Amino acid sequence: MITTTALYDVPGPRTRARHRLYAIGATVAILALAGWVLYLLFTTGQFTAAKWSPFLYKGIQELLLNGLGNTLKAFVLAAVLSLALGAVLAVGRLSDHRALRWVCTLVVEFFRAMPLLVMIFFIYVALQVAPLPALVAGLTLYNGSVLAEVFRSGVNAVDRGQREAAYALGMRKTQVMTHVLVPQAVRAMLPAIISQLVVALKDTSLGFLITYEEFLHAGKLIASNLDYDLPFIPVVMVISPVYIGMCMLLSWLANWVARRQQRNPKVEAVAVAAAEPGNLMTGGPQPPVR
Amino acid sequence: MNVLLDNLSLYGEGLLGTVELTVYASLLALVLGFLMAAFRVAPVASLRVFGTAWVTVLRNTPLTLLFFAVVLGLPRFGLVLPFKLFAILALGCYTSAFICEAVRSGINTVPVGQGEAARSLGMTFPQTLGEIVLPQAFRSVIPPIGSTLIALAKNSAIAGAFSVVELLGVYKPLSERGYNIIWTFFWIAVGYLLVTLTISAIFNVLEKRFGVAS
Repeated sequence: MITTTALYDVPGPRTRARHRLYAIGATVAILALAGWVLYLLFTTGQFTAAKWSPFLYKGIQELLLNGLGNTLKAFVLAAVLSLALGAVLAVGRLSDHRALRWVCTLVVEFFRAMPLLVMIFFIYVALQVAPLPALVAGLTLYNGSVLAEVFRSGVNAVDRGQREAAYALGMRKTQVMTHVLVPQAVRAMLPAIISQLVVALKDTSLGFLITYEEFLHAGKLIASNLDYDLPFIPVVMVISPVYIGMCMLLSWLANWVARRQQRNPKVEAVAVAAAEPGNLMTGGPQPPVR
Repeated sequence: MNVLLDNLSLYGEGLLGTVELTVYASLLALVLGFLMAAFRVAPVASLRVFGTAWVTVLRNTPLTLLFFAVVLGLPRFGLVLPFKLFAILALGCYTSAFICEAVRSGINTVPVGQGEAARSLGMTFPQTLGEIVLPQAFRSVIPPIGSTLIALAKNSAIAGAFSVVELLGVYKPLSERGYNIIWTFFWIAVGYLLVTLTISAIFNVLEKRFGVAS
């Protein structure tokens, strides 16, 4: 029933009875909380027909779908570009040339330490770029830098013997990288890479703040419509499940890949990374990439 | 350089706002995160379900959407608070989900044998928890919590876009006064770097002092 932890033993009959008592209390408390929220929703009239009628109109459905399409467009563009940028920066950080390594390290550390929104605002306000390119550029710079670290730690986590054996066979550095290290690193890091893409998907909603016409923006337009009695809560109830569902789908994919790769004989020389987004601490020891 | 010197008080106010948001939201996130982690390892099924739902939903919600829902949504229920409090609430709840996961995986790294040994020595549950499990979990939890709090400090910029006094919000009055926008942003960036690097340094010291075998 419970996964074994260091916290307590497998409970005996008397403890189980006590736990049942706790369970009843906790369930009542949680249900009471849920009931209170529902009561608030009903008494403030969030379920009236007037507030939900806008979703019946074709124009509004199209507005929402359009917004969703724009969100996905920004996400796909940002994902592809940040993977490319991440690869380039990782190659730079693993380079034998000290100057190149320093430049790439500086770029990676700077963009990882900077709030994404500040970069997006800078590109949008100071450089006068249109909302979509500004959003995509910001997302690419940030996620590309984090992904570069993921790639790099993946390559470094490949068992040393692999690199040594490849060199002993007479391969050049490029060959060692492309034929031996990178394929294993990418397989092992795939869960972490997908998890970082979840972050990118979530952050596309920052486009809302620079008037990019994405999903949340469409929701805001509907929510501030006086004709429908300001249907704010209904809009949130429609929009959030879509966002949460998309992100959960992608997170679930990351976990599925992680479980699959752990059984994959091709990644025996690297430990598969957990499905977690990249680490943000600058300098100091990086957490071990198992 | 002029941008900074002419508007030192404005920048100072912004930096203070960011620090304030970060500190209060961190405290809320740590408290809620520990509570949710306790729920998730509790022997009571309904609490575990609640903790899991809390973490899953909040981890997969875009923070902008959460801000949108909290800042503009809660007033519909007659709950009118200053924007700053809303921002702390949204940031704290969002981050608590990540803290919870860090703490939970920290507790799970403690070998089962440690708890068994403690109990066979006759230690009670609070003793096992306080003297055996948590001290060991604490070590492995430092880096992920540091990383999470840095993310929190960076996320506080979103509060600035929802008109809370905060470092990012500084750019608006300055661009209206006709200062060079690039330099304005440069000093904003420096301010954020100051905050994130400070947190990073604090946690690196903690890691060195208490971390796992270094």
